Amino acid sequence: MSGHLLPGTTLRQRTADAVADERLRSNVARAVDRFAGHRLTGLAELDDADELRRAARAAKQQVLADLPALLERFADRVLDLGGHVCWAPTAADARRYVVQVVEAAGATRVAKSKSMATEEIDLNPALAAAGAEVVETDLGEWIIQLAGETPSHIIAPALHKDRHQIKDLFVDTVAAPPSLDTEPTELVRFARERLREVFLAAEVGITGANIAVADTGSIVLVTNEGNGRLVTALPRVHVVVLGMERLAADWRQADLLLALLARSATGQRLSSYTSVVTGPRGQGEVDGPDELHVVVLDNGRSDLLAGEHHEMLGCIRCGACLNVCPVYRQTGGHAYGWVYPGPMGAVLTPLLAADQPEAAEVAGASTLCGACMDACPVQIPLQDLLLSLRRAKAADAGGAERAAWRAWSAAWSDPRRYAATTRAATWGRWAADLAGHLPVGRDWATGRTMPRPAGERFRDRWRAGL
Amino acid sequence: MRVSLLITCVVDVVAPDVASAAVRVLRAAGCEVTCNLAQTCCGQPAWNAGFADDAARVARATLDALESDLGDGAEAVVVPAGSCATMVRVFWPELFEVAGDHDAAARARLVGERTRELSELLAERAGHLPPLRLGRPVQAALHESCHMLRELRIVDQPGELARRVEGCEVVGWDGSDRCCGFGGTFSVKLPEASVAMADDKLESLAAGAPDADVLVGCDTSCLLHLQSRAEAAGRPVHVRHLAEVLAAGLPEEEAT
Ligand code: SF4
Repeated sequence: MSGHLLPGTTLRQRTADAVADERLRSNVARAVDRFAGHRLTGLAELDDADELRRAARAAKQQVLADLPALLERFADRVLDLGGHVCWAPTAADARRYVVQVVEAAGATRVAKSKSMATEEIDLNPALAAAGAEVVETDLGEWIIQLAGETPSHIIAPALHKDRHQIKDLFVDTVAAPPSLDTEPTELVRFARERLREVFLAAEVGITGANIAVADTGSIVLVTNEGNGRLVTALPRVHVVVLGMERLAADWRQADLLLALLARSATGQRLSSYTSVVTGPRGQGEVDGPDELHVVVLDNGRSDLLAGEHHEMLGCIRCGACLNVCPVYRQTGGHAYGWVYPGPMGAVLTPLLAADQPEAAEVAGASTLCGACMDACPVQIPLQDLLLSLRRAKAADAGGAERAAWRAWSAAWSDPRRYAATTRAATWGRWAADLAGHLPVGRDWATGRTMPRPAGERFRDRWRAGL
Repeated sequence: MRVSLLITCVVDVVAPDVASAAVRVLRAAGCEVTCNLAQTCCGQPAWNAGFADDAARVARATLDALESDLGDGAEAVVVPAGSCATMVRVFWPELFEVAGDHDAAARARLVGERTRELSELLAERAGHLPPLRLGRPVQAALHESCHMLRELRIVDQPGELARRVEGCEVVGWDGSDRCCGFGGTFSVKLPEASVAMADDKLESLAAGAPDADVLVGCDTSCLLHLQSRAEAAGRPVHVRHLAEVLAAGLPEEEAT
């Protein structure tokens, strides 16, 4: 069962609302252009980026083929190191376990570092209901927490907001002085001071995991702010919510994925902080938590692994496909309705939120332009997956759309009927009949003029001798 | 060389001048053009919407027509649309497999191997073209369409051909390779997003190629989409298919 719920609106309503917000569009376009540009520069440094992408894809496929064994090996290592492992089949199981850990620790303050898996299971409301105060410590994630929103990008959760909006938010929600400068460095300084208090006070730290290394039982966290390091080192208890596909067999594989992850996300060779957590604090060590809990989240992934869309589990959550997507560029992330936006979200939402009826149509949020596939560091065939999901949805579709395609194919599978339906005199009427009560004409006319049939078709000219 | 023309439904009904121009240029490049009127549509709109059976039903008619021309001595199928050329070359085999028609899938593979997008074929035969010259010089901004770029990997040919035309100055711009927002049924299922994408494209064009007289591309559907949006927004743009630009540059006797 999916944790986070879709908002019960249609994809069309959400995209229409998003594109009506000029400021959002320009904020998103500016941010994704910056990321996409950095990515190209970062990849250009490599001798053969495509070769590396092929190797990464092969590595992820190998991991997925061996996943059950790798998970066992990883869990055994974590247990050997003195950590705890929880297998969570559903979002609810994962939430329940984390709440138990927090309660057992007698914690009232929880510090979190950015994690899409915890967004997926809607963890924060569950912790709040259990009486814990949860603070997001990634700057972008803190901003959207203060705004009461969800992330609009998997790497940069608040990229839809500009610095003026962020300053106003700080003034309104956390009593920042109205004189606070809107220079990014000043905003960061303000946030850092506030968040430091949280790190020092929190009894439990919660993170996701970019990679889990089976050989050594290690968790790798990639951040640019150092908050991940503080969340894992200072609180007494560290909880990791690990999407169960995020495994690497060994450090060689992890190294390959890390090289592509940072470059594809932000163009960096490595992110500013790449933290490795191997077990709780050992004897003689000075930092690290007393307790380490790893929650291995399934939440639909086993079904996904067994089905025809299993390649999507290769996703390393780099965000490159969002940054090059022309649809995302106009709408930002909230329009996709669930946790994961952009092309990867258009694939993952119908798969991981399959229990929600609004999820299937999200596969429609793409023109199939192919930019995402060219950018994906693990070469996930996003367009093919979207087409397959659309076919699955069409198979369930009843009513007007199915009838329209039926009538269209009945006519255009026959050259004579094609010729009859495309004659200038009959074209308009036929098209209107076909559309039936689908408002195709009206929808096209939303901001566009109607192309006019030429009157004389090419085939008429050809027949007349050209 | 004999070639079989896949007209494409959009060109047939809405922009016949594009196919007429393609025929003139192909002939000028020394091709004998045939056109089998038993063809209808490549099936792409239904395929992209997820209705594979309907797409296969329609595509089969066109497959039969093209295959018959190839059997009758045509050496290649030529398509004045990157998107439809992609459908034939890249997606037809999969489409017929999905629809359970393995025989058609095998036939589609053979037809696909011999299918060329127009600029691709013309670039191969550029040596046969007469000198091309426009009476009135124009600056042309080139729209690079998605399937040409990212499926067929046809990158340089349209620009190379346009540059052969004396009096045609070709300009690129930042954003020329971004999707125009058409996407077949995407344009009516999510019309607001589709229009926003067209606006983005048109704005990038105005910013990056402010002196362009004409927007030139190899996909009529993209061009029509951008034109329809520009018209409705009160900032019309002049669009031309590459074939029309080339045909306009032909010497008089060959143009008629
Ligand atoms: S699908 Fe590919 S490009 Fe998109 S987030 Fe996942 S790994 Fe990155």
